Amino acid sequence: MSLELSSVKADLDAFCGAPLAARGTGFDTVWTVPAAQAHGALERLKSRHGFNMLADLTCVDLQGFGKETGAPSPAPAGARFKLVYRLSALDPATGLLNARLALDAWVDGDAGPVSAGDLFPCADWLEREVWDMFGVSFSDRPDITRILMYPEFVGHPLRKDYPIKKRQPLIGPPDGPPRERLTEADLRPRIVE
Amino acid sequence: MEQDLSAPGIMTSQLDAAIGWARKYSIFQYPFVTACCGMEFMSVACSHYDIDRFGAGFPRFSPRQADVLMVVGTISHKIAPVLRRIYDQMAAPKWVVAFGVCTCTGGFYDNYSTVQGIDTILPVDLYIPGCPPRPETVLEGLMLLQKKIQAQGRRA
Amino acid sequence: MKAHESRSYMLNMGPAHPAMHGVIRLLLMLEGEHVLDAEAEIGYLHRAFEKHAENDPWNNVVPWTDRLNYVSPLINNSGYCMAVEKLAGIAIPERAQYLRVISSEVSRITDHLTCVGANAMELGSFTAFLYLLQAREELYRCVDRLTGARVTTSYTRVGGVKGDMPADWPDMVRKAFEKVRSTVKDADGLLTKNRIFVDRTRGTGVLSKEKALAYGITGPMLRSAGVPYDVRRAQPYLVYDRLDFEVPVGETGDNYDRYLVRLAEIDQSMRIVEQCFAQIPAGPIQSPDQALPGSKMSDLGKRGMTADLLKAKADVDPTLEGGARCGRDSVMAPVPDATLPPKEETYGSIEGLMRHFEIIMWGRGITPPAGEAYQAVEGGNGELGFHVVSDGRDRAWRVRVRPPCFFNMAGLHELLKGALVADIIATFGSINMIAGELDR
Repeated sequence: MSLELSSVKADLDAFCGAPLAARGTGFDTVWTVPAAQAHGALERLKSRHGFNMLADLTCVDLQGFGKETGAPSPAPAGARFKLVYRLSALDPATGLLNARLALDAWVDGDAGPVSAGDLFPCADWLEREVWDMFGVSFSDRPDITRILMYPEFVGHPLRKDYPIKKRQPLIGPPDGPPRERLTEADLRPRIVE
Repeated sequence: MEQDLSAPGIMTSQLDAAIGWARKYSIFQYPFVTACCGMEFMSVACSHYDIDRFGAGFPRFSPRQADVLMVVGTISHKIAPVLRRIYDQMAAPKWVVAFGVCTCTGGFYDNYSTVQGIDTILPVDLYIPGCPPRPETVLEGLMLLQKKIQAQGRRA
Repeated sequence: MKAHESRSYMLNMGPAHPAMHGVIRLLLMLEGEHVLDAEAEIGYLHRAFEKHAENDPWNNVVPWTDRLNYVSPLINNSGYCMAVEKLAGIAIPERAQYLRVISSEVSRITDHLTCVGANAMELGSFTAFLYLLQAREELYRCVDRLTGARVTTSYTRVGGVKGDMPADWPDMVRKAFEKVRSTVKDADGLLTKNRIFVDRTRGTGVLSKEKALAYGITGPMLRSAGVPYDVRRAQPYLVYDRLDFEVPVGETGDNYDRYLVRLAEIDQSMRIVEQCFAQIPAGPIQSPDQALPGSKMSDLGKRGMTADLLKAKADVDPTLEGGARCGRDSVMAPVPDATLPPKEETYGSIEGLMRHFEIIMWGRGITPPAGEAYQAVEGGNGELGFHVVSDGRDRAWRVRVRPPCFFNMAGLHELLKGALVADIIATFGSINMIAGELDR
């Protein structure tokens, strides 16, 4: 890795006004930026520090994190969704990675930051997917529409409170397999008193 | 046409048998390929397992020209109306093959986006289970379908 | 003749379309034969992989990963297990690393053979398709021997791989490679200097470096544009840093370059596999003791004659191949709370039985510490990344797949702008869009 992340971090700390929480080293470095400044941070990383590729943009729903195991939730109080921007500084001549960086942005409610579509065109589809699956919206972008689910679908499937088997069929029986299929209840002997 | 003839005589049953024979050895399938089963469908269609020796070598990519709708791969709720429309566009006689366990019952995709078996939206004539079914399984299924076609059994 | 007005009209391609490699919908704004704009609508094969990964224990997610990029399932298997191992801090044995590399490269070859074959078929060369798929059959036979399945392999486990390769497998693969080489040579002869193929693919679907980077495009598409980015080189994983291979690079980023890059990559993958066979550390030592079938072991165990069971050699059913100590110890990390014990211990000792149940039962099993990890591998289409989040349970909190096809498809409209309708098929075929990965 040929890009020194310490100077990049110093610059971003100055931009955001407060030192960013950091974890991980090398290619696995993760910094936490405030969602309001996420767009600015991305813009700075792209224009000044050579992070020319947005490798991924995803979201994690942390509602109920650690409920069974007691692990402490990394979410600051009140936040539920965390956006993860993954950036790569790729050297086009050698094809080697100068650096790799992930930015965590905690979302307030479900209103996400300013769209990164003007910086990285692929962010358009990535944001649509985040909205489709989690309901986190982005501002300053053309109307956000579903990308993986059909428009008539109600709800955001990857949220923790969306049950996995809750189907909303467009055609066919209202939900689940047809009635005449055997269920587990049919196979258990019924005890007749 | 079949209902018109009063009693099944020797001529009509021979004719039925001949029509059945002709239909079963000239299957024009519409391969509605969505997912991983498509890989095994390609293997079946190609030279090693060779579906052409069963007369089913020519896929017809227009539902108007096809008679067997092979639904290959998982059907999600988003594509289900399209599949139904393709089925409706086919002219009788037509048969539907549910290729792969995702089309039979939904497979292990018991979730918010997968149709739990295409028989919830289409009448199915042949179920080929497997994830994905080996080409030998597909050929066995095809032979069963041919037996069904020979007997002129079809739905709708 | 009065001046005519020209108007554009929208043509819908798909989602059920023979050349769409699956279900995808392209909305094209056409003016005559020229494409003014294109929009892709995806999601027709959304199968909730990420939701299932949150509901199933860590090892149970491996079959789901097969169905992502289903033409190269072993790469997905390896990528996912590597991400979980990174999170859990498990180091897998060296032989397992080599096996993962070998199986990934064989999968990469099948991916490229299918892509080039399908692309050729759509441009009219059915013969090249049949030839390349015959070569793929040979490789499927090898994959079947190694993993038990042709397409949906589920070969890797957290901690290693399912089982060691059979003793005759390297020779089987070498023989298959002879067939692959001769087939690729034939296909090369049919296509590379073919006037029709060259006319249709040269200069069409041109992707510039800047556009590729802007859209996050990686893999053969980026390499055909001139950027030699390969995750195996940029961020080496498993044993790729010990292997000598080239990264084929194109110049113009058109469909022809992508075709050439893929053919060259098939060759490089075969080179990698051969080096792996030469370098792989020694395998299981076949003990001279006679193998004891599992039924006999359990009978002896029930009678209380357990003293010799641990030392015996279990003769397992072919469906459990790789479960006996002989085929397992060299390829599974000896981590008691993550990997299954060999069958001798399961049948022969109560601790082994308990360990086996502890790992398999829901609610127990592998429990990586709470945290996150991201592991990128080089998939058939580019950087395939797995981002796993754990909260300490026996199943993932979140698994995100960074699908390389998604970015390729996001950039598709740039490739099609200004193209002719006939170029759409050539371009779309060369992207290698796999709906399982795109829609997950």
